[in-house]
Amino acid sequence: MIRNWTAAIRSSVLAVAVLASPVWAVQPDEVLDDPVLEQRARDLSQELRCLVCRNESIDESNADLARDLRILLRERLVAGDSDEAAIAFIVDRYGEYVLLRPTTGGANWILWAAGPLMLLLAGGVGIGYLRGRAAAPQTQESALSDAEQERLRQILDE
Amino acid sequence: MITELGHYCLILAFLVAIVQMVVPLVGAQKRWSAWMAVAEPAASVQFLLTAFAFGALTWAFVTSDFSLKLVVLNSHSAKPMLYKISGTWGNHEGSMLLWVLIVTLFGAMAAWFGGGLPPSLRARVLSVQAAIAVAFFAFILFTSNPFLRLATPPFDGQDLNPLLQDPGLAFHPPFLYLGYVGLSMAFSFAVAALIDGRVDAAWGRWVRPWTLAAWVFLTIGIALGSWWAYYELGWGGFWFWDPVENASFMPWLLAAALLHSAIVVEKREALKSWTILLAILAFGFSLIGTFIVRSGLLTSVHAFANDPERGIFILIILAIFTGGALTLFAARAGAMEAKGVFGVVSRESAVLTNNIILAVACFVVFVGTLWPVIAEMFFDRKLSVGPPFFNMAFTPFMVLLGLILPVGAMLPWKRGRLGRAMWPLRYAFVLALALGVLAWAMQTGRSALGPVGLMLGSWMVFGAIVDLWSRTGRGGDRIGRLFRLPGADWGKATAHAGLGVTMFAIAGLTAWEQEDIRVVQLTEPFEVGAFTLTLEDVVQEEGPNFFATTGIVRLQRNGRDLAELRPEKRQYPVARMPTTEAAIDYRFLRDVYVVIGDQQVDGGWTVRTYVKPLTNWIWAGCLMMALGGAFSLFDRRFRVAAGARRASGREVPAE
Repeated sequence: MIRNWTAAIRSSVLAVAVLASPVWAVQPDEVLDDPVLEQRARDLSQELRCLVCRNESIDESNADLARDLRILLRERLVAGDSDEAAIAFIVDRYGEYVLLRPTTGGANWILWAAGPLMLLLAGGVGIGYLRGRAAAPQTQESALSDAEQERLRQILDE
Repeated sequence: MITELGHYCLILAFLVAIVQMVVPLVGAQKRWSAWMAVAEPAASVQFLLTAFAFGALTWAFVTSDFSLKLVVLNSHSAKPMLYKISGTWGNHEGSMLLWVLIVTLFGAMAAWFGGGLPPSLRARVLSVQAAIAVAFFAFILFTSNPFLRLATPPFDGQDLNPLLQDPGLAFHPPFLYLGYVGLSMAFSFAVAALIDGRVDAAWGRWVRPWTLAAWVFLTIGIALGSWWAYYELGWGGFWFWDPVENASFMPWLLAAALLHSAIVVEKREALKSWTILLAILAFGFSLIGTFIVRSGLLTSVHAFANDPERGIFILIILAIFTGGALTLFAARAGAMEAKGVFGVVSRESAVLTNNIILAVACFVVFVGTLWPVIAEMFFDRKLSVGPPFFNMAFTPFMVLLGLILPVGAMLPWKRGRLGRAMWPLRYAFVLALALGVLAWAMQTGRSALGPVGLMLGSWMVFGAIVDLWSRTGRGGDRIGRLFRLPGADWGKATAHAGLGVTMFAIAGLTAWEQEDIRVVQLTEPFEVGAFTLTLEDVVQEEGPNFFATTGIVRLQRNGRDLAELRPEKRQYPVARMPTTEAAIDYRFLRDVYVVIGDQQVDGGWTVRTYVKPLTNWIWAGCLMMALGGAFSLFDRRFRVAAGARRASGREVPAE
């Protein structure tokens, strides 16, 4: 765990160093002539993580590696790859860490299902509670404790 | 000398906090009023001592006292005065001192304005608040002492991170901390009520102003941070689902849920144990946020000074407070009987639905934020969870919330009929639908995002107006009555409409943004959308502690001059960091956002231009939410309640 943290610190120092340079993502010379293909490239590159700068997509990042990935992605698209094939090509080389939208495979179903399942669960508990409230016997709205009853009587007696 | 005094005061405050933690708690248990009475002066003294310590540190920054290690690392004599002051909290140690200063400030305010509270509850609240302060005093003194001196002071400092040298960011941390730490008050009230074993309408009424205030500050803090990211980071993004942003967003969602459920406790004496749980969780998430930012467990673009030792210390604080409070909750929650009876369709159930949606949305953000860590620890997978996930998994909850909000807000307490609540909203619905269809017909793209966003946003805004209007009753002087409505009614309508404005703005910006990237030659005009831009000149300039390359861009539309924009590229020599300063032409309906890049071999300059519709509406909506909170906060009923004991027994109108 400790080692993980030190690694994390080192990489966050790196993150600051990268963030330091002005954010200057897609360069004019990278832009493809075909606007449809370019739009696909832009959409896809927002789903891919820049590996050296942590929380930035390659679309936003100005790191050299991000630029290389953007050019690689465009090469695949120009070569006629489908969106999935182009992404798969990059994941094969850089691992699933590069995906900003995690896959649904393996244990990741927990991540994706967490929200809907929790909503069902909370909704179920909520409905159960509401049913109980609606059926509950009407109690005294502002029931006073014995001490308060006593105090009230004192005030009234005065 | 002042530094040593500050250090000394900090240690004294630590000791006072320990006394304030123990004595009143024992006093409340044993019913010794003298022991309970220790809490109030102790809270004041503790605040004054901490304020002096903070003042001493600020003084060291203002006078550039480079014998202090912290000043050397985070300041420079040539820095503008505003950033010398904001440099006090622009670093780990100083920001923790600000954090604990706010803890003591809230404690002191509870002591000063808590005259109406029953003595035992007040003693316990102040004791729990002091316990939080003790933990963070210890954290500061043992792991992050800001008052450490250097044996051989250097001639000048290393400057503050230039990205932080910005007015938006100077005030972002104080507001955020006021929000985070404000939730500690709700936590203290919750724990005190658990020890007391009693939660009633009066408790709901006492805890709500603190939650409201915290939520208002948190809203402003988050909005400031997001606004800063928009104009400073250079590509006009305003929200990145970064772990640290999520860390502030989770308590915001829970605080929003809490301030609604506290209304149900106050008016109807129901949802008590849930409200207590929310209060504990909301502050728990504030602590988790602190842990995420300071431990380096999750890497983030915010990368504060982080250190495993500090991380473990905060983890222990988190475990003790949240774990302890939850254990207490498990032991005592059963004793809190709900009193109010209400139907399945009622305002109570609407607030419950709101709470479920907000809490589940918070849960989604929580799971998404921590999933990379969980996946690595338990499944040996190194993966990322980024904006595409959050946009997909989180947005549906907000859409759902927006859809039901106007209806829920119209439902009467106790028992209502859906049809009857929806009937007054028919015009709002038709109008919203018409606007959505109009936007669909007018836009060029095929994306449904913009029209749906407009429909949802206007549904909420019109719904809020209908709601407010319906409060004025029937016939006679409705306009006059409108302005005499209680602050809470105005607050509710304003905040709900604000949420609608923000939702619409986010959808509209995402759907209708235009972007242009190109190499531009001097004086050659180019077109982006309906605008014509010309890079007229590029000049070198010198600021107080930076050098700038400034482009002078003329912005025109239909041959008419709109603005001269001056995007900059700055170089901070001391910090050795460049920054981009985007030039933005702010307008009501859209921003034009220009960034200048490097010079190319052929002499041209790379220029990035965005036309960003509705951006300012995002923050206008946030401001409306914060204002709405403030209106509610200044509602006369709270002021009456704050000072008067009789309020606790008074009949609460069930509207």
